[in-house]
Amino acid sequence: MTVPRFWRKIDNRYNLRGTRCGNCGTAFFPPRRICPGCRRDGSVETYDFEGRGEVITFTVIRAEPPSMDGQTPYVVAIIETPEGARFTSQLVDVEPDDVEIGMPVEATFRKIAEDGADGVIHYGVKFEPTARD
Amino acid sequence: MRDVAVIGAGVTKFGERWDDSFRDVFVEAGLKAVQDAGLTGDRIDEIFVGNMSGGRFVNQEHIASLIADHSGLALEGHVPATRVEAACASGGLAVRQGAQAVSSGLSDIVVVGGVEKMSDVQSDQSTEILAAASDTEWESFYGATFPGLYAMMARRHSHEYGTTREQMALCSVKNHSNATMNPTAQFRREISVEDVLNSPTLADPLNLLDASPITDGAAALVLAPAEDARRCTDTPVYIAGIGQASDAIALHDRRTLTTVEATEVAVERAYSSAGIGPGEVDVAEVHDCFSIAEIIAVEDLGFFEKGSGGAAVEEGLTELNSRVSVNPSGGLKACGHPVGATGVKQVAEVALHLRGDAGERQVDGAEVGLTHNVGGTGGTAVVHVLSREAPR
Ligand SMILES: [Zn+2]
Repeated sequence: MTVPRFWRKIDNRYNLRGTRCGNCGTAFFPPRRICPGCRRDGSVETYDFEGRGEVITFTVIRAEPPSMDGQTPYVVAIIETPEGARFTSQLVDVEPDDVEIGMPVEATFRKIAEDGADGVIHYGVKFEPTARD
Repeated sequence: MRDVAVIGAGVTKFGERWDDSFRDVFVEAGLKAVQDAGLTGDRIDEIFVGNMSGGRFVNQEHIASLIADHSGLALEGHVPATRVEAACASGGLAVRQGAQAVSSGLSDIVVVGGVEKMSDVQSDQSTEILAAASDTEWESFYGATFPGLYAMMARRHSHEYGTTREQMALCSVKNHSNATMNPTAQFRREISVEDVLNSPTLADPLNLLDASPITDGAAALVLAPAEDARRCTDTPVYIAGIGQASDAIALHDRRTLTTVEATEVAVERAYSSAGIGPGEVDVAEVHDCFSIAEIIAVEDLGFFEKGSGGAAVEEGLTELNSRVSVNPSGGLKACGHPVGATGVKQVAEVALHLRGDAGERQVDGAEVGLTHNVGGTGGTAVVHVLSREAPR
């Protein structure tokens, strides 16, 4: 991935910055510029997610793609926020066998991948189990 | 709008074809189909070709020109050729484009091809190329592989409906068994449930033998107006209905993870234009890129209730000459999955059954058949309903 291609998404990826439709209230992460429900009647604005959610489904990747060299096994999950937005990320600081559908999780800033030994390091948000208190 | 018939079909041997180039494979399929139709090249008005990623698999774009050229239809005749791309559904979309060209009256004889040459890159590169069918910036960026995305659908299907690992494995077992009777299939050997369960895990809960392979291959059809079909062949097969639909490209943006809504909408459109229902389908080639995908497909196509696909497979209701014969070719799993060719091969396979030409694997008395081709994890779906009888 070229540097500008990654750079232009940093604000969204580092800060869980998505969008929300001012007309119907639907929140989007990853961000969308058009609300599918309202289309031209919508008014989509920037919206920051808090970084909490729950696991909708997950898998443990054991055959790694070249971009994730040396990282397997790692857990990929679809997470739903309290606003109803769903996105894909990784779960960390949890044993793969302990992951469950419905598990509450929270955001943590991590390295995602690197473009080879001399390439750019990509950062972003992964998720860990919410500390119970 | 005119009705459309398939008057010729050709499929190459599927597999890792080290000795053959991209153009060799395509020309072979095109020649077979045109010969099958009993035509000569000067009758061809137009070409459509499904291809996912010639650019990345063989570093060749401008596929349509290449194919017209090496089929002998560019220097002579200057026949128009168009490439169609929708990841793994490229072939099915090419069939639809070809049928529309005939149906509209713009062209009479149309050749539809599909081709992919996947074995010229290393296997980790092919994994990466295929992952581009998902949302590159918001799925694969986070390490979600293609098997990983289907694994998340499988996990959710098991969670909601109790679908078991063994039921998924049985799809692969059945498809391998069917492929033993298909001379063009990539894997012509039986496998057991244990083989599937003991194969290396790609992404829990899916293993290597749940997944379709890397394949080189091509398929081609000749389409003609239904009213002219009998002048070319004694056994035309008619395209009775077509449906295509889109959905969110990323799995996480879909309304449900256990239904491919694009399939549900596409098949509803196809059934309604054909004036039939799922109970009338004798033979179906469905998009089993992973075992779980076949279970979800037989539900979404209306053959079985949502959630009961796994049990139906276990009861043998999708085996050859059972309730509905699913993937007699061996499916993507065992016949092979040269991505751009698959949607065209599916139509060629169903046409053979409706003509009674499918040999050992023939579905007895097949009158109505269906093909189901999916792009990515369900961002695109296209369904064709085919029939032996001419439309009313
Ligand atoms: Zn809205």
